[in-house]
Amino acid sequence: MTGARYVYAIGRPLDPAGLAGLRGIDGAQVHQVAHRDLVAVVSAAPHDEAALRARLERLDELAVVARAHHAVVAAVAALTVVAPFRLATIYQHEHRVCELLRDRHQRFEALLDRLAGTVELGVKLYMEDSPPAPAPAAAGGSGRAYLRQLSQRHRRRDTEWQHAASTAERVDTTLGAHALDRNHHRLQPAHLSGVSGRNVLNAAYLVSTARVSEFAELASRLAKDEPAMRVEVTGPWAPYSFAEPDGGQRP
Amino acid sequence: MTDPSPWLTSQRPASNLADVLERVLDKGLVIAGDIKICLLDIELLTIKLRLLVASVDKAREMGIDWWEYDPSLSSRHQRQLAADTAKEVPS
Repeated sequence: MTGARYVYAIGRPLDPAGLAGLRGIDGAQVHQVAHRDLVAVVSAAPHDEAALRARLERLDELAVVARAHHAVVAAVAALTVVAPFRLATIYQHEHRVCELLRDRHQRFEALLDRLAGTVELGVKLYMEDSPPAPAPAAAGGSGRAYLRQLSQRHRRRDTEWQHAASTAERVDTTLGAHALDRNHHRLQPAHLSGVSGRNVLNAAYLVSTARVSEFAELASRLAKDEPAMRVEVTGPWAPYSFAEPDGGQRP
Repeated sequence: MTDPSPWLTSQRPASNLADVLERVLDKGLVIAGDIKICLLDIELLTIKLRLLVASVDKAREMGIDWWEYDPSLSSRHQRQLAADTAKEVPS
């Protein structure tokens, strides 16, 4: 086979039967490119590079490509240890993918050894929207009363926010101690996630496969005593957030 | 396909798009070094595509603005800054 290759992930060799029928970007059949005990999971890249670029500039199309990428990564991660690639990594030829595996053999070996037997769990903490405070009675009340109410409202909001931040830190510290590694994502604005409440922690934890349920239970328990806080656990994910060698070491 | 792990059963089929995007766009393995080292041989689209994705106003609307803090994209960032400044300060 010739032509450009879209790379989804690297991993350990797997039974080709496991990939039978697995389709990637644009419905292309997924296959593996092997070098010694490493494989790259690839498919023929979309023919029209310009068209792909144009598609990635449209949110609806970006979503389709991202989900196709993710579907392949998730399917392969269920079969073998993988290190997912970032979206839209394309090599001009299959032999270049092979060379990548050869040139970076040592680094990829170490990475896969580190990721073997692990999954990523996402944990998000939300501060529920507080019930709207009664609006300061502007009409009729004195100016002083109005200002006092306003400042009380601000103080309450500050207190809530500080409390949420310290809860987030506590949850993250506890979960971090139970995880092999952790990494933080940006907080999700509500209009993006479509979820109510204010996102105050968006973290990923690398967890031993054997301890997934235990970890998820711990996560959902941590904010139980906080009526205004809500925990959401997602995954298991392929270890996207830990695929960079320094992925978990960021400040 | 065999399913030996609890994986796919617990993986919700329709993950939150934001969760997927922040992983596939912002995380995952980048072979960016190759661009500099093997510019002639290996042609990766990743960086180019990331620049394009990053250029989309939509991405900014979605709160995806990591490229502004990404050192590998900082030259573009610098250029953008320069362009913005040029616009603001007509010579």
